[in-house]
Amino acid sequence: MANEVCFRTLESAAPWKLDEYRKAGGYEMLTKILKQQTPPDEIIEQVKVSGLRGRGGAGFPTGLKWSFINRTAPGDKYVVCNSDEGEPGTFKDRDILRYNPHQLIEGMIICGYVIGAVAGYNYIRGEFWEPYERFEEALEEARAAGLLGNNILDSGFDFELHSHLGGGAYICGEETALLESIEGKKGQPRFKPPFPAMFGLYGKPTVINNTETLASIPVILSQGGEWFRDLGVENSGGSKLFSISGNVNKPGNYEIPMGTPFSELLELAGGMRDGRKLKAVIPGGSSAPVIPGEQMMQLNMDYDSIQNAGSMLGSGAVIVIDESHCMVKILERLSYFYYEESCGQCTPCREGTGWMYRVVRRIEHGQGRMEDLELLDDVAAKIAGRTICALGDAAAGPVASFVKHFREEFEYHIKHGKCMV
Amino acid sequence: MSLQVDKSTLFPAQVCAEIDKWIAKYPSDWKQSASMPALRIVQDHNDGYLTNELMDKVAAYLDMAPIAVYEVASFYSMYEHSKVGKHKLCVCTNISCMINGSDKIVDHLDEKLGIKFGEVTGDGKFSLKEVECLGACGGAPMMQIGEKYYENLTPELIDSILKELE
Repeated sequence: MANEVCFRTLESAAPWKLDEYRKAGGYEMLTKILKQQTPPDEIIEQVKVSGLRGRGGAGFPTGLKWSFINRTAPGDKYVVCNSDEGEPGTFKDRDILRYNPHQLIEGMIICGYVIGAVAGYNYIRGEFWEPYERFEEALEEARAAGLLGNNILDSGFDFELHSHLGGGAYICGEETALLESIEGKKGQPRFKPPFPAMFGLYGKPTVINNTETLASIPVILSQGGEWFRDLGVENSGGSKLFSISGNVNKPGNYEIPMGTPFSELLELAGGMRDGRKLKAVIPGGSSAPVIPGEQMMQLNMDYDSIQNAGSMLGSGAVIVIDESHCMVKILERLSYFYYEESCGQCTPCREGTGWMYRVVRRIEHGQGRMEDLELLDDVAAKIAGRTICALGDAAAGPVASFVKHFREEFEYHIKHGKCMV
Repeated sequence: MSLQVDKSTLFPAQVCAEIDKWIAKYPSDWKQSASMPALRIVQDHNDGYLTNELMDKVAAYLDMAPIAVYEVASFYSMYEHSKVGKHKLCVCTNISCMINGSDKIVDHLDEKLGIKFGEVTGDGKFSLKEVECLGACGGAPMMQIGEKYYENLTPELIDSILKELE
């Protein structure tokens, strides 16, 4: 059971073309909805039943998010797709844009119909030029086929859809920073509430979802919410794209049911490279706390299973680390990343990320002190929960978990001024 | 005192046309939304970097305060504020690339080009930039040159890529 949702057309010759997508039943759901004028509440109900949760990393129930919009309120409303994909380890949305752009477009139009939106924007990270061009071609095809614009398929529904390109800023993956960025500002997250459902893009009610989330919608509606839910396990409906990278033989994206044992995913990815032993796994993008390899081999790839092990499923980016790598060096690089990408708005994150990076760096370079380990825990604890957005928590999680699970490597570095691996 | 500028004289016609295409995507009272694409387009037409004069022109073109444009141009990492090489090599060194040997890739590039991150070769042909995760970890180690991603890099592959770019 694989490739049933976002990757269902992956095997066809040119799955990004409109006619190929139509051959696979593409745009039939949208046509049916517009023809029958399906009540939006019925669509939201199916999405709720499906158990679909935000695939960008936060895992918020999608149907619930859509239901927060007051569709009868006067004024414009917007659908925004988050294709900013910047969480280290994550590379699934790039493949949706490249190989199944029409399913994303169909999902966005359906969302627009449900909430009564006038327009949608797909925020694609600036470095994704080739995926952006592919998406633009698909938009052109959809426009020419009357699937976008005024009076779509003679239904009286008007909806425009555009791309917006980012400029290189991890923080813009945070939904309110992304909205600021579309408004032509630096991407600093907004204080919440008000949430985007009330005050979103241009101050209007807005639904903002991840690429994979929106691209899943047409299939969920055509197969039914229960079908999707039953692909997965309790609290984790459906299948999901897992981006597996690091020290495996066949890194790549695998669309498999939620709840699949990690050991099976590792096997799909060809197992460990060069016969090396599994040391650690970061199961949901670099912001997810690290899990020791032995423990990971007992876990399943679903929200609850990973959360109960003290980490999070996040974006489904699985980074596999073998025994030949030094955990201090890896943490030094990750700490640098959060220091580099902190937007500078909140003091605990702006100052704390730099502080953590400098402390890990001095440990890595043989100038650490034993009390630095407590210091790292202390700084991490004082960032977490004290910032406007989740970047602070994301920076603190790796530090605390690396020190907790691989303390002996940090101690060895401090005592001997060098690496134990 | 406000100066009325004929906006079409701020940039070459082709640049104006490209920016106008982006302005049309946003609500008419939100021209500012086009500041990011405008900066990118202007940068592309200026050998890959921005100057104060160009940022001021973008501000004038979009009816923005210059400071608002500087904020955007200095916040996002893809905007450059000094000369870059004709080919800007953006090398990812984040976790998945790192544990797949990006250090060796960086060393090879340093040696081959005789420059470090942030530097430009004497002939202006190449510059090196360290970048954060570019979302292609399945092909680690990787780099971006211009619009294109190069994945599963090896020293040999780098040699042939550089040769093609000569």
